[in-house]
Amino acid sequence: MSDLSGKTALVTGASRGIGRASALALAKAGARVTVHYGRGAAEAESAVAEIRNAGGRADMVAADLAAPDGAHILAKRVRGLVGDRLDILVANAGMGKSATIEDTTVEDFDRLFAVNVRAPFFLVQQLLPILGSGSSVILLSSLAARATVGTIAAYAATKGAVDTLVKHFASALGPRGIRVNAVAPGVIATDMSSFTKTEDGQRYTLGMQALQRIGQPDDLAPAVAFLASDDARWINGDTLRVDGGSKL
Amino acid sequence: MSTSVVLITGALSGIGRAAALAFAREDYRVVVSGRRDDAGEALVRELRALGADAEYVRADVREEEDVRRLVDRTVERFGRLDVAVNSAGSEGQPGPVLEQTTESIAQTFDANLVGTVLALKHELRVMREQGRGSIVNLSSTMGHKAAGGASIYTASKHAVEGLTKSAALEAAAFGVRVNAVAPGPTETAMLNRFAGSAERKAALLAGVPLKRAGTPDEIANAIVFLASDKASYVTGQVLSVDGGKSAT
Repeated sequence: MSDLSGKTALVTGASRGIGRASALALAKAGARVTVHYGRGAAEAESAVAEIRNAGGRADMVAADLAAPDGAHILAKRVRGLVGDRLDILVANAGMGKSATIEDTTVEDFDRLFAVNVRAPFFLVQQLLPILGSGSSVILLSSLAARATVGTIAAYAATKGAVDTLVKHFASALGPRGIRVNAVAPGVIATDMSSFTKTEDGQRYTLGMQALQRIGQPDDLAPAVAFLASDDARWINGDTLRVDGGSKL
Repeated sequence: MSTSVVLITGALSGIGRAAALAFAREDYRVVVSGRRDDAGEALVRELRALGADAEYVRADVREEEDVRRLVDRTVERFGRLDVAVNSAGSEGQPGPVLEQTTESIAQTFDANLVGTVLALKHELRVMREQGRGSIVNLSSTMGHKAAGGASIYTASKHAVEGLTKSAALEAAAFGVRVNAVAPGPTETAMLNRFAGSAERKAALLAGVPLKRAGTPDEIANAIVFLASDKASYVTGQVLSVDGGKSAT
């Protein structure tokens, strides 16, 4: 299952966490992966090295997705690398910010929407010329899009926007044979998650989950690889929740 | 995974049948169930030709004794039950609410809800003892969207989604995952009966972003994914496999 031989892939935010695990999984299934990073050049290099050491193919590319033209610049660089065909886009790069309503600043709010919503939107737009029938786009949603978790209203709103984009993109691009879906992680043990770093946070997490363990990046990667593959060729417009059964 | 055992209800046609073949190709041992002995034995021959250890057990999922015997026979024959796919169901009698009768309502709910509950009950009975297992129920796009002229079928599939989520909460306590797939229009005999005419079928498919009907194989791929350890962190979820229908 999930053979990706001969396919080209771009994973944004692939230097760490879920992005990194996804890039490794796609490469393991045979895809040639472009590892995008924002600041973690050393970590991106290590991801690329890990893929190459396992016999896979990978390149790395930098771009600041918080910048207004970040997605445009990244798309241009990616087109230079993969040529005229991108089979898989995993728009994973995102940022989180925990803040009460009172403490949320305009700067933080705008930055969250820039990275989590604007960048994926324009990345899809700018890559459309090299996406075609059979291509699979995967966006990153979150449990927070549909349930209250912590004090992250602004972040949660960006992920709600992602779920909305999935439906509209899927409907608009389906006739061209391009599939658009999302995965929605619950609380996952990554650098971005504050929940998994304290005992209280872990207790809170397990209290809302059916499965009694903390999710790991490697729990997400197989779902990303599946949605990317032709095995999922009839799955379009869906948000696959990979959250251990959170807030059911 | 080469010795994993899967039990499939409603396995003699359409999606259930495609799932049986897909699991056989993944080296599962397969128990198929239904109400037509000749079709059951023919399917077993087909599965064995693929190299799978397979058995047919006659069962009407609306009858608890049948279901109990089906599950017990599976464990007797193969020693365990790793995966169950509850695909037995009926389109019922389409038509406006104004024309529904006690009998037509009961007919649809007995097949789609009572049958699924009974199957779940006995599968979980065995899986609880094992402390592991994965169950996939069959919902429908109509499990979460409305459909005029199919209110009873829609209601029964909404019930299946509620059942799936609640059973997932209970079963997580003993290491069992419960999910559902929700197909859109799929090339099966049921779809042709449901649509009633070629014109109505074409109209139905025009509303699917990928502009065609799904195939039973495509639904089976998603069932195999949810059943597998690749989805080990996914529970209580409904995966739409509908070409984007639910997104519209």
